Formats: sequence, structure tokens, C-alpha cells
Amino acid sequence: MPEQPYEPEGAIAGTGMGGAMDLGASEAVTLEKTPGGPDGTGPAEKPRSLWSDAWRDLRRNPVFILSALVILFLVFISLWPGAITSGSPLTCDLAKAQQGSGPGAPFGYNGQGCNVYTRTVYGARTSVTVGVLATLGVAVLGSVLGGLAGFFGRSWDSLLSRTTDIFFAIPVVLGGLVLLSVVTSNTVWPVIGFMVLLGWPQISRIARGSVITAKQNDYVQAARALGASNSRLLLRHIAPNAVAPVIVVATIALGTYIALEATLSYLGVGLKPPSVSWGIDISAASPYIRNAPHALLWPSGALAITVLAFIMLGDAVRDALDPKLR
Amino acid sequence: MGRYVVRRLLQMIPVFIGATLLIFLMVNVMGDPIAGLCGERQCDPATAAQLKKEFGLDKPVWQQYLTYMGNVFTGDFGTAFNGQKVTELMATAFPVTIRLTLVAILFEIVIGITLGVVTGLRRGSPEDTGVLLLTLVVISVPTFVTGLLLQLLLGVKWGWIKPSVSPEATFGELILPGLVLASVSLAYVTRLTRTSIAENKRSDYVRTAVAKGLPRHRVVTRHLLRNSLIPVVTFIGTDVGALMGGAIVTERIFNIHGVGYQLYQGILRQNTQTVVGFVTVLVLVFLLANLIVDLLYAVLDPRIRYA
Amino acid sequence: MRGARHARWAAGAAAVALVATGCGGGGGSGGGDSGAVLSASWGDPQNPLEPANTNEVQGGKVLDMVFRGLKRYNPQTGAAEDMLAEKIDTTDSQNFTITVKDGWTFSNGEKVTAKSFVDAWNYGASLKNNQKNAYFFGYIDGYDKVHPDSGKQTADTLSGLKVTGDRTFTVKLSQKFSTFPDTLGYVAFAPLPQAFFSDHAGWLSKPVGNGPYTIQSYTKGSQMELRTWADYPGEDKADNGGVTLKVYTDNNTAYTDLLAGNLDLVDDVPAAQLKNVKNDLGDRYLNTPAGIIQTLAFPFYDPQWNKPDSDKVRKGLSMAINRKQITDTIFQKTRTPATDWTSPVLGKDGGFQDGLCGDGCDYNPTEAKKLIKEGGGLPGGQVKISYNADTGSHQQWVDAVCNSINNALGNTKACVGNPIGTFADFRNQITERKMSGPFRAGWQMDYPLIQNFLQPLYYTNASSNDGKWSNKQFDQLVNQANAESDTGKAVQTFQKAEEVVRDNMAAIPLWYQNGSAGYSQRLSNVKLNPFSVPVYNEIKVG
Repeated sequence: MPEQPYEPEGAIAGTGMGGAMDLGASEAVTLEKTPGGPDGTGPAEKPRSLWSDAWRDLRRNPVFILSALVILFLVFISLWPGAITSGSPLTCDLAKAQQGSGPGAPFGYNGQGCNVYTRTVYGARTSVTVGVLATLGVAVLGSVLGGLAGFFGRSWDSLLSRTTDIFFAIPVVLGGLVLLSVVTSNTVWPVIGFMVLLGWPQISRIARGSVITAKQNDYVQAARALGASNSRLLLRHIAPNAVAPVIVVATIALGTYIALEATLSYLGVGLKPPSVSWGIDISAASPYIRNAPHALLWPSGALAITVLAFIMLGDAVRDALDPKLR
Repeated sequence: MGRYVVRRLLQMIPVFIGATLLIFLMVNVMGDPIAGLCGERQCDPATAAQLKKEFGLDKPVWQQYLTYMGNVFTGDFGTAFNGQKVTELMATAFPVTIRLTLVAILFEIVIGITLGVVTGLRRGSPEDTGVLLLTLVVISVPTFVTGLLLQLLLGVKWGWIKPSVSPEATFGELILPGLVLASVSLAYVTRLTRTSIAENKRSDYVRTAVAKGLPRHRVVTRHLLRNSLIPVVTFIGTDVGALMGGAIVTERIFNIHGVGYQLYQGILRQNTQTVVGFVTVLVLVFLLANLIVDLLYAVLDPRIRYA
Repeated sequence: MRGARHARWAAGAAAVALVATGCGGGGGSGGGDSGAVLSASWGDPQNPLEPANTNEVQGGKVLDMVFRGLKRYNPQTGAAEDMLAEKIDTTDSQNFTITVKDGWTFSNGEKVTAKSFVDAWNYGASLKNNQKNAYFFGYIDGYDKVHPDSGKQTADTLSGLKVTGDRTFTVKLSQKFSTFPDTLGYVAFAPLPQAFFSDHAGWLSKPVGNGPYTIQSYTKGSQMELRTWADYPGEDKADNGGVTLKVYTDNNTAYTDLLAGNLDLVDDVPAAQLKNVKNDLGDRYLNTPAGIIQTLAFPFYDPQWNKPDSDKVRKGLSMAINRKQITDTIFQKTRTPATDWTSPVLGKDGGFQDGLCGDGCDYNPTEAKKLIKEGGGLPGGQVKISYNADTGSHQQWVDAVCNSINNALGNTKACVGNPIGTFADFRNQITERKMSGPFRAGWQMDYPLIQNFLQPLYYTNASSNDGKWSNKQFDQLVNQANAESDTGKAVQTFQKAEEVVRDNMAAIPLWYQNGSAGYSQRLSNVKLNPFSVPVYNEIKVG
């Protein structure tokens, strides 16, 4: 909402999938008390302050290590799914439909007789791709727009605030149904594009909030007084200090995007075959929940673990970056 | 205070127009709805042309939008393809969804805040870790999986509840759907409250209150909770709109004939009038909920005054 | 030529099931209670519930309970039998004199007369009323004036219809059509009371007809309460007290409700549950042949699919589909592999010919591979089978068909399903000729005649000829068959036309669909008619 009456919570607002991000926002925006010291013009000292402390914390945090390992593993199987599987996820034999686990198929077969294990492994690539690219898109678009609005203020700010309100007002699943129902492409791009389109306002609010906070810091004022240009102010002084909340929220959001992809598939507007994704498999298996629960549970489990890993990672990063909780 | 409200209301106008225009354009992108009305055959061209004319679909989009908004301001939300007034659809759908949303919010408040307070006060305890883990699991499993599983287990296997909701949609029937709908938000509320409580627990005013010798429950309820609830209230407030419009999945699983169902049907049939009408109302709900939340700040935090 | 009749089955039919809770509390059953009400699942009708405006199963279901026409299709055999018609006379297959039986009234007391029919038909045909089934009246003389393809209509009534007495009227067709009387069982030909015209809005909110049930209340999008009409003059009086139709969005939910004892009858069991049906319901499960055939149509407007040798590719694809395995596994034998382009419910005499398709419908991977190669390979190296993803369980079988083709051709990317988000968009792409590969084409008969399985689908420019297939020889044979006054000969000629369809593989026949229904212990004598709709009036409760 514009005219934030209470700045620290000001950046919060959201709809369905924004939940995670809101959560991050409220907690993340408190990062303003970055110990900056007199280093306003000395970027060389910066790594020692917030980031290095955070990194030291993280290295000792078992939650962080665990989730980072899970994510590394996911990245690995996304890049080389063939390393731990044999056969193609698209090879399905109806004769084996709904069978339980067997040789070469530890997770059994789904309703079409496809190997659930193979498909789950291959599905990681699509799901992680969707999550990572959507998050990148949202983070870049959101922080650029939000950052500029926060920095320049005035009418830019009002315009952006109104625009984000407009996007927030439209329920995400609804927007997905409308926009994606006409899509004929069977690539991941429409789904990613939709997520970026409806997701950026969340990041932009956070970016705006943290830029406004950072802008008021003494060292920024000092740099301005020294005659630093706008772009130098933004890039050298404000951005490094305002980016932390964005990273935190984006990490958590990544998990929700992966889950959203599954929901879209369930509503029939998600990714299309021959893409192999957890969302496609979960929604295809959901009617068979009574006969072949394994076909539903394995991809669901993989999805849950992935989302969990990203949220926990985001949590850990936030805790590490938050000086208050030290 | 009054001036603040007026200013906020004025700011809603561009947002309202923008949001309705956005959804209007989005629905328009979906293309020609008439083709779907004739079943597995081609509509005969004469009838199709006439239907288009009747629904105003032969006009340019901007003109359609202006006509539509003009009608909306006179209370005419148009007619769905099955010949029913959209306002009639709203009259049957909104009460159901409002009840569902109430149930969901009740769960968020009662369970979410309770768990949040308990875990926030005992940060690091086994209960805390357990609840934290549980909320993470709830967040990471898609709603439709949770919904289908609970429906199968509670509704069919154990027979505790009816698996679907009758057209009357009484509060009793909406408990499970409400819980499913609330589940993800509930997890957020828990986590949000927990963090907020944990942070404020160390604040000066709480320390002062404890030092004054106030009883513990008084410190928690009067001082700690009141201040910690601000982000939670914000979240729940903004969640109202999301819950009402985002119930598409839940309403589908439990066969609830509410807003989500009407929207889903409207989208499948590319019924611009229904979709835009319902979204228009949802946008209004969202904007008002946000305003109320901001006004609530003043109640919860005496430091905030609106000019 | 406006030969096309249609009924859209898939979108609606799949979204439904029957619920029967003891309406009003669930108590009070005790040995065939003729006053007891059952509740049945339903899908929200897409169009207003006017007879000439209802073109899908869900609306048709209600109209079938509320209306009786001149003819009625026997719930078991599908044969067209006289209902309100006392007699329908013709000497030349073009001019018909119809006499309406005495003693019939609408449930509001108004008499059913010849005028009730003529007014209703005129209303249905007139362009200004936007009736989507108007084309049903296309054979009647003067239709082009009342419903021109473009421009304004120049007449309000059909010149071919004349009321000649209180109970008689004449129909003049624009061409010979020997089986015209048999089409009169279709709901578009139902009579309408004066109230329909004088208070249209009132009628729509609570339709009044002349059938065994009356509508007690109707909450659109949610449920409809039908009650037995005590003074119903017909012989097929309802054996129960009424039916409550409840709208379900997802037929899985409806089936779940049935299991939970929350409902009595599901009239379309979702494919995924078929495996459980025996276990869940025992013998309270029906699986009856219905006049529904599922095919894959091709975009003949796409030059890639209309090359001289394309028929070989189509035939090859057909032979790459293991119909038996798919119907056994995905549909648990509730579909029967198709061997012609009609339906077994027509019977041998009606034109159904088992095995007409020949080896073209047999699964033969080697031959399939060979034929496709001979035909120049798959256009673009890949076939995309389009279907609408919003309703029905189409995804399951399309995926299975694709897997079968992929396995037969030894190429995991030879075939891929192409879900289209909404039915409306699916139809749009078909209408605008945007299909680039085969697409789902489901056909539910409007009336049990072989003509209805061929002409609307394969005649040049017929309205359900979605692939725009065109073949002079076929058209000629159909014209010849329609003009034939001897039914047996007409059927034979239609079969010859069907052979033309086969030789060109104009569409790949997949399987004949059965109607399926499950019901609770409260119900007995549950049947499905050849249109896969439950025969509600014969259901006994308690």
C-alpha cells in the first residue's frame, strides 16, 4: 500500500503465492541497520561487514548445509539426469500401468506405464528451470523497477505503487488460468513469463522499501554531498546494501514458483507434454490416488523436498543476514 | 484520519480501473467465446454473428471496456452465456465463498497465531523445531495434493466427513475445505507470528513491563502480542482477497459452488462478463481489506497517527 | 446441405455423475417408495434451457425429463417410437402430415396441440432467437428465409409448416428425406407452451413442459429439483417421487461422494476410478453400449496432411494404435475398439458393420511403420494430437495413444499430446482451421440412424466436418441414400459411403464408448439409454 504508515512492515502485502515473500519481506526489511561505519566511500571494507559475517554464520548452520546439499544434488540431476537413471522418461508401456516397484523401476509405474523413478529424476530439470528462471526474472524486473521507484520517489514512486497494487489485486491462480489457457507452445517460457508478469510486484515492493531505507543512510547522503552521480549512488552505494532482502525473498519465492507450476498443471494450464515435470506427473497421477498412490507420492515428495530446501535456504540466509537475531 | 481515508479512497480509483482493465484485456486475449457454445460443431455463421453482436463482442476492445464499466456503475454486470444475470451468480456465489473465507481466516487466527506465540516464546525448543518443520512441509506440498489426500482419507476411507459440500454450504461442511484453503497461509501466519514475537520479546518495552512485575500473561497479551500482531494483521488482511479469489482449487476439489467455481467456469467458457464481474468485486474487496488493515495499525500501535 | 446434427458429449458428459442423497434428510425409505426423491449429479448447462438451444448432454438430460416429443427413442433399443404422434403420413418422403395424440397437456394445464409444435419449431428456426440448434429445422421448406447464412431474415415463420387442424399439421421439406420422422425424437422438436412466448424470462427460470417431471426449483449453477408430475398423461410415468440434479465440477468428486454414501448414482464414472468400480460397487454398476464413437480427425486444409499419399500415413497411424490395450487398461473395458465409423447400438439392420475397417484398425506396428514411410513420413516429423484439457479425461487416452504410436514407431517423440486449455478455444482453433495435426473428435448420436454418424461428420462442409474432408463420391452416395425411401436400401447405400470413408481413412476410429453408471443400494432398475443418459423415470428408490 502506498503512504506506508509504518515503514518496516510497509513492504508487506501479497496474494496467494506471495505469502512466502511477504513473510520474508517483513523480516528482511529490518536489515536496514547494516553496520556501515564510515565506509561510505570505501567498498573495499564492505565484504567484512554484513556478507562475511553472514557467510561465517551460514557455514556453521546445519540447516543451511543440508538445504544447500539438497539443492546441489538437484542441480546435478538437472544437468545430468542420465547419471542416475537409464532409459528415457518418455518410454512408457501401458502393459505396466500402475504397477508397483520392480527391477529398474524402484518407484513403480504410473497410469500410463511410465517409469516413475525416471520421470521424477528427469522432472527435476524442468521444475528447477522454471523455479530458477522465474525467480531470476522476477528478481531482476522487480528490483530494477522497485529500486528506481524507491530512489527517484515522487511520481515514479506513485506510478509504481499503483501498478503493483493493480497486479496484487488479481489472484495469481486466476491470472494463470486466463493467460495460460490460450498458450499453445509446449516450452517452459509461457509459464515462466506468466510468473514473472504476476510476480515482479512482490519483489519490487521489497526493493523499493530497502532502497528507501538505504537512501537515508549517512554514507549515501555523504556520497551525494560529494557529488556522486545518481547511477553511481544507486549502483555503488545503495544496491549492495539493499539487495540482501531481495535475495532472501527470492530464494523463498523460488520454492513457491515450483509449487505453483504443479497447481497450474492440475488446472490444465501448466506445462505441456513432452515436457517432463513434477507438476505434470502430480496432476496426471492425482485421479489415480487410490490405485497407484506411489505415482502421486514420489513426484509430490520430490517437489516438497525441493521447495523445502529452497525455503530453508532462504530462512537460513535471512537469519544470517539479520543482525538483530545475532 | 478522515482526510487520510479520503485520500486512500481516491487512490483506489486508478488501481480499480487499472485492475479491471487488465483482467478485461486478459480475458479478451483468450479469444472468441462463441465457438465453444455450439458443442462439437461449427456455429452457423448467422447465429454466431448475431450472438457476437448481442454480447457486444463485435466492437473494439476499448469500446467494450467502456461500455462494460459504464454498465457496472449502474449496477449492471451483464449476462452470462447461459442467460443468467452475473449479479444473480454473485448473489449465490459470494455468500458461500465468504463463509469459506471466514472459516479459513478463523483457522489462520486461532491455530496460526497460537502456534506462532507458543513457538515464538520458546524459540529453539523441540516444540518450536517441530512446528517449524510442520509449517515448512505444509507450505511445500501443493494445496491440491493436500486437499485430495484429506478428502480421500477423511471423506471416504474413514468416513468422518462428507467428501463434498452441498449447495447450502453450511459452516460445518466447510471446516475441511476451509482448513485446506487456509493451510498454506496458516503456516505463514505461524512463522510470521513466531518471528515477530521472538523479536519483540527482547524489546525494551517488554523488558520494562517484566521489570514492573506485571504477570506474564499480561505481558504477553497486552504488550508483546499487541505489537507483534502488526505484520500478522497485514498478512491476514491482504490474504482475504487472495483467499476469496484463490479458492479455485479448493472449491473444485470439494465441489463448492462459490466464487472460485464461477470464475473457473467463466474462464473455461471464456465468459468475459462473469470473469470480469467477479474479479471487479474481488479487486474492491482487496482494496478495502488493505485500507482496513492500514487503519488497524493505528489501533494496534498507538505511535501511528494518520493525518 | 445442412445435414449435420450433433451433440456434444465429451465436455459435458464427463463432468457428471449422479448423486442421490435421501433428499430431505435421507430417511423414509422402505420398499419401492414411489414418492421418494433421488438426487443425481449434473453439469451446469452451457446455454439457456430452451429445447432448440440445448446442444449438450447436461441440458439435454433435463429436457428429456421435462419434455416429450412426437417420437421417443426406446430407452433399450433406441428405436424411434410414437409418443405424442398419433401418425405421421407421407407418400413422397418430402411432404408429411402429422397428427398429434389427444389428451396431452403441459404441466400448467395447457393443451398440447399442433400449434404447440409449429410455434416451437418456428421459434427454433428463426435467426433472431439465437437458437443454436436452428439447423435441425434446415430441411424444412423456407428455412433459408427464416435463417439465412448472412443478412437479415426475410420471414418469421417456416413456409413449410402449416397448422391444418387442432391436432394436425403438415411439414414440407426442401428435399426428400425418408427418415425424417425418426429424427423427431430429438429434443429440439419438442412442443412449447404459450407461456414460453408470453413470459420468456419467467419460463427460463423455471421451464414448463409436458414430460413426466416438472421443475420445482432451479438454482442455476448449483442444483435443480424435479418432481414427478402427478397428472402426467403419458404411459412412462415416473416410478419415483422426483430427481434432484446437483452440479458437480469434477466427476471424481461425484464418484467420491457416491462412495461416501453421500450419493446414489454416478452416470459417468471417471476413467481413473474404473479399476475400483467392481470393488466399490459390486453389481451396482452399469456399463451399457451407447451411441458414442471417439475418432481422430485430420486437418485436410493443411497441405501437409492432404498429399496424395497422406491416406497411407493416416492408415499407418491408425495401425500404430493398440486399441485393445488402451481400452482394457485406461478404460477398463468400458470402451470397445472400433472397427467401423458408426456404433453397435445401431444394430446390424441399422447399419453397424463389425469389422468394416478391416486391417486398418488392427494393431500392427511393422505395417504401420512401413505405411507411414511409404506415405512420406509424419508431417514435420511429429504428430501432435490436440484435445481440450478442461473437461473429460482426454489427457489419459491421448497420452496412451501417443505412447502406443511412439512404441510402434520406435521413436519417443513421434507423437505428443497437445492439450488446449478450454473447450471454447479448442473449438475456435478448429473453426479457424488452425489445427496442424490430428485432433480429438467425439461424436454422440442425436438419433440412432447411420445417417447421423456419417453425414454430419464427413459430408462436404457439414457443420461437424471439423477436418474439412471432402469427397465427391461420398457426398453422392449420401444424397442417394437420403432420397431412398426403402430403409434397408438407404442403409446399404450409407454403408457404401462409409466404405469411402474407410478407403481414405478420413478419420481414425478409436473406440465405441459405453455409458457407465454406478449407484447406491437405495436404487434399483437403473438403466442407461443409448444416449448414455440414465432413464430417470424408471428408477425405483428404496
